[in-house]
Amino acid sequence: MSAVIARLVASRLFWPVVMLLALFAINLIAFPGFFAVTVRDGHLFGSLIDILRNGAPTLIIAVGMTLVIATRGIDLSVGAVAAISGAVACSIILGSPEPGSLATVAVAVTVALLISLVLGVWNGFLVAVLGIQPIIATLILMTAGRGVAMLITEGQILTVNSPPFKFLGSGFWFGIPIAVIVAAVVFGAAALITRRTALGMFIESVGINPEASRQAGVRARGLLIAVYTFCAFCAAIAGLILTANTAAADANNTGLFIELDAILAVVIGGTSLAGGRYSLVGTLVGALVIQTLVTTVYTVGIPPIATMVFKAAVVTIVCLLQSPTTAEALRDFRRRLGLRAGKGVVAS
Amino acid sequence: MTKLLDAPASPARPSRPGRAGRGASGGGPTGPGRTPLSARGIATGIRNLLTSPKYGPVTVTAILFVAIFIVGGVRYRGFFSGQVFLNLLVDNSYLIVLAVGMTFVILTGGIDLSVGAVVALSGMIAASLLQTGWSPGVVIPLILVLTSVLGLLVGLMIHVFKVQPFIATLAAMFLARGLCYVISQNSISITDATFVELAVARIPLGGNLSITPSVVIALVVVAIAVWVLHATRFGRTVYAIGGGEHSGLLMGLPVARTKVLVYVISGFCSGLAGVLFTFYTLSGYPLTAIGTELDAIAAVVIGGTLLTGGYGFVLGSVLGVLVLGVIQTIITFEGTLSSWWTKIFIGALLLVFILQKVLTARRR
Repeated sequence: MSAVIARLVASRLFWPVVMLLALFAINLIAFPGFFAVTVRDGHLFGSLIDILRNGAPTLIIAVGMTLVIATRGIDLSVGAVAAISGAVACSIILGSPEPGSLATVAVAVTVALLISLVLGVWNGFLVAVLGIQPIIATLILMTAGRGVAMLITEGQILTVNSPPFKFLGSGFWFGIPIAVIVAAVVFGAAALITRRTALGMFIESVGINPEASRQAGVRARGLLIAVYTFCAFCAAIAGLILTANTAAADANNTGLFIELDAILAVVIGGTSLAGGRYSLVGTLVGALVIQTLVTTVYTVGIPPIATMVFKAAVVTIVCLLQSPTTAEALRDFRRRLGLRAGKGVVAS
Repeated sequence: MTKLLDAPASPARPSRPGRAGRGASGGGPTGPGRTPLSARGIATGIRNLLTSPKYGPVTVTAILFVAIFIVGGVRYRGFFSGQVFLNLLVDNSYLIVLAVGMTFVILTGGIDLSVGAVVALSGMIAASLLQTGWSPGVVIPLILVLTSVLGLLVGLMIHVFKVQPFIATLAAMFLARGLCYVISQNSISITDATFVELAVARIPLGGNLSITPSVVIALVVVAIAVWVLHATRFGRTVYAIGGGEHSGLLMGLPVARTKVLVYVISGFCSGLAGVLFTFYTLSGYPLTAIGTELDAIAAVVIGGTLLTGGYGFVLGSVLGVLVLGVIQTIITFEGTLSSWWTKIFIGALLLVFILQKVLTARRR
């Protein structure tokens, strides 16, 4: 029994899941109907659905970020890429004679996603070919990207009136929000591709030791470019959802700080920023923790402006719990307890 | 130990090519470094200066700054004046202080994302306390102590609990920004007599030139930082940690203390920058200084400090701030260019500097 508990505690997912359950418990106390999911007009409604829907963009980016971080990298530019993709899509829809037609929206979305691929290849090129540290390489696009997004929108907030585009952000399919479905597809695809093939192992090997993996025949260069491209692609999808949700492209505020939320989700999920082993399920839990935290702040009645203080608290607690120093102290403590118990047995 | 370190430089091995010899391509066996006065020698010297990992990036930044300034002077009337240059210092004094703190952190191979939020927080604290009638003589030291303590906590989190600097300072950023909102959601203006006086005060420099007290404070901070980094044991330990933390430990350097202290310094500098920023804006606003951490990091990188630590100068970071400032000034003078071009230019500059560093590293 104690062995099972010890294994549970040792699991990387233990503390994040505990955190999530604790947040659920707080919500349930503050608002007894928290877990209730009802069907209204054929759509699912409820706090849990809200968490999933609002957390979808963060989760989508966090999936891409997980793979980048597993290669010992980081992508700071995702917020800017999200803003660019939203700006591109909105300006295309606005510029077309038929903003409401499905074809226009399809073209807009496709072009936005293609541009994100170019941006991703750029990041990957800087990191993999020129060997620039990821944090700096992506800092360039983070700084310049917002400027580019503003260039596209000409400093305006572009409001579009296009039902098919709006559907992407706030529509439902079989009662489930489109954003959640998209997030599930991205998550599932990433999990399938990296875990059902050797790709995930290659990514981890590059993260653990780039030189050794190169000597073992892993083509790190192409792999890195692919991972950064995938991350930018995810960012663009999230940007489209965010933009579609408000039906407006705001170059300054779309996806602002989302890179930090995504990185937090990955770190809370137990993937180390030092690269190597990663856990997509952990990232899912991390993203849910962040979104649930925001919801909790609302349901408990704490002024929403204090959300960031709580985010800081949660980040600090999770990081301290996962810290090797804490683990060592705990192990020490347990050993001492064990010693004392052992002595007790001898004495009796 | 000292002997071991000095050995390669001692004349016991005259065959080892000096730095000057290494940089020249196709030099004869006598080595071009022997004739420093010839044109070729000067060219080699310049090339060595530009490609040396220590001085190269700073030199390039200095040249770039002068070049941009000259371009501005040629293009716009009234640009080429002392006051335009001094205004760079006046408008960016808080950023200079931030960049100084950031330089310490980056030299050890860390990063501090919290500085922008801490600037906003200290502005909010100042504005709200002054509003309730506290004296500035109490408020300013209190802010500096509080932000230093925040830096201390971040440093302890990084060193004792081995949390990555990125994440620890991110948490501090959220905390500081959140506390801003807790203090007030709206802008609080400062009407305190001392603050207003400091905000409008100009120190005449002869002619029509003048600076503000903030500039003096910023320059004092820079001078102290230069002294600390280059003339004290602490400064040398900072460089040593950036060069190789483990080697530093093996040499018996106080790595733990130094690593924590750089975050305290950064916290202190952010607090001071926040105070200078309130002199500039005369208000506290929770959304102020968003993204300033990026400006500070960009200034440090453009100033030639290596983000992995170990190489770099405070004066380089000051130059980096001036380059950012002069770009902004040019965009203001141009008039037709929109503000977002600033971001694109800064991004492009970052790229140029990083590429230059990569190419330098390849050549060596």
